Amino acid sequence: MELFFNYGFFQRALLAGLFVAVACAVLGLFLVLRRDAMIGHGLSHVTFGGVALGLFLNILPLAAALAVAVIASLAIMRLREKAGLHGDTAIGIFSSVGMALGIVLATLAGRFNADLLSYLFGDILAIDWLEVGLSTALAVVVIGAVLGNCRGLMYLTFDREAARASGVKTARLDVLLAVLTSVTVVMGMKAVGILLVAALLVIPAGAGLLLAANFRQALVFSSLVASLSVVLGLLAAFYLDLPAAATVVIISFLLFGVTYVLRRKRLS
Amino acid sequence: MNDAGELIRVEGVSFRYGSIPVLEEVSFSVAPGDFIAVLGPNGSGKTTLVKLILGLLRPTAGRLTLMGKPVEQFTAWSQIGYVPQKATSIDPLFPASVREVVTMALLPGGLAPGHRKKEEDRAVELALERVGMAEFRNRPIGSLSGGQQQRVFIARAIVNAPRLLFLDEPTAGVDAATQGLFYEMLHMLNQAQKITIILVTHDIGIVNRHVTKVACLNQKLVFHGSHADFCRSEAFKTMLQSGHLVSHMH
Repeated sequence: MELFFNYGFFQRALLAGLFVAVACAVLGLFLVLRRDAMIGHGLSHVTFGGVALGLFLNILPLAAALAVAVIASLAIMRLREKAGLHGDTAIGIFSSVGMALGIVLATLAGRFNADLLSYLFGDILAIDWLEVGLSTALAVVVIGAVLGNCRGLMYLTFDREAARASGVKTARLDVLLAVLTSVTVVMGMKAVGILLVAALLVIPAGAGLLLAANFRQALVFSSLVASLSVVLGLLAAFYLDLPAAATVVIISFLLFGVTYVLRRKRLS
Repeated sequence: MNDAGELIRVEGVSFRYGSIPVLEEVSFSVAPGDFIAVLGPNGSGKTTLVKLILGLLRPTAGRLTLMGKPVEQFTAWSQIGYVPQKATSIDPLFPASVREVVTMALLPGGLAPGHRKKEEDRAVELALERVGMAEFRNRPIGSLSGGQQQRVFIARAIVNAPRLLFLDEPTAGVDAATQGLFYEMLHMLNQAQKITIILVTHDIGIVNRHVTKVACLNQKLVFHGSHADFCRSEAFKTMLQSGHLVSHMH
């Protein structure tokens, strides 16, 4: 075990994974409570289109992906408000169009290759220190922004109308949440893969909600489940020679199962 | 507050949802210390009127002022408490304790600048004591009964020591005995804490016991005055005969 922690690739994976996981857990808690759990999944498809756009225009794929994800998240929000569509319908529309756009542009660019697919599935064990630094910095920004606006976000999520009447800038917080979700999906995309980010936005938050008696506990439990998933998932991937991101997701699901059993026991 | 000492002034306010008129030419005012019941049948525009006063909707015509300022320029939201309709239709899985629900309303600017956590805790504790829910402070909000949840939402609405408290159908789905205690508590807040209360209801029983004024709506304002005058008015007889008002005598 000690030998394993001495490997540079493991140190980088662990550091990036933990920061991204906690950012996802903290943000995901609000998304799940707002019944917006699928937005991470939807934005990841849109982000794929953004990466392909970057490759097609020969600009930095991550920058293109971030711009496309932010625009899509705001468009999803607006479509829900103005067109009266349910959230999952708006997400479904943008995620399928994003993916379709990605396939078309990647084909036109002639660069539908392993490099593009690496954005989809990520490779946490292969990330370099620059990517670690970027992921960590963005995760710190996301965590700071969410915790800094925690009370307003909580009030907005719990009782939107009362929050508005109390002077909470609900529209501003909606935009903040949409932008943070886009940033989280994009920052996680290269480092840990879209699959892992979408899962970490939902599964730890779900597990935290099953155990928590109050909001503070929900934040702590969600973050713990996310962190534990990363540590155990990376260890399992290393020793069992499994793909790291997918193993982390499976471990997080197993931890969700444990919290489900604990809740059932508590209720009975 | 404006020169006339009014907390709320509604002048010629109309509102339409698309082409459907909801309120037409409504005008009235609320003075400090009033406990005013906004009465009317379903669909008469009661909730819409409250939302217009709070700036949650924009009128299609007319003018609204809160404490002397046009509502669109009003910023002192900590002086307003609001318990929306169906406030108890909450997500039972929402992981918030009673204390956390009340604390939500203590946003930056909600208390004096530079306040510390201790002061916030004291304000929350005081609000919970005033509604008789202090012993439930650590309980999850989803585990409480409808009546208890309403008390917690009132604690949240009064935690900033507001001057104005709006309650929209606060006793819907609450049993008659609990309603009696609930209205006694509102009476105490009005009398002892000097909080001006605007209560949306279609329960005429409450009017008889606690309120000082009545505003009766049916798209238009059909009555505005003291509850004694209301009980002698044609509007009261018409509403009662048509079955639009219910009477739970507490």
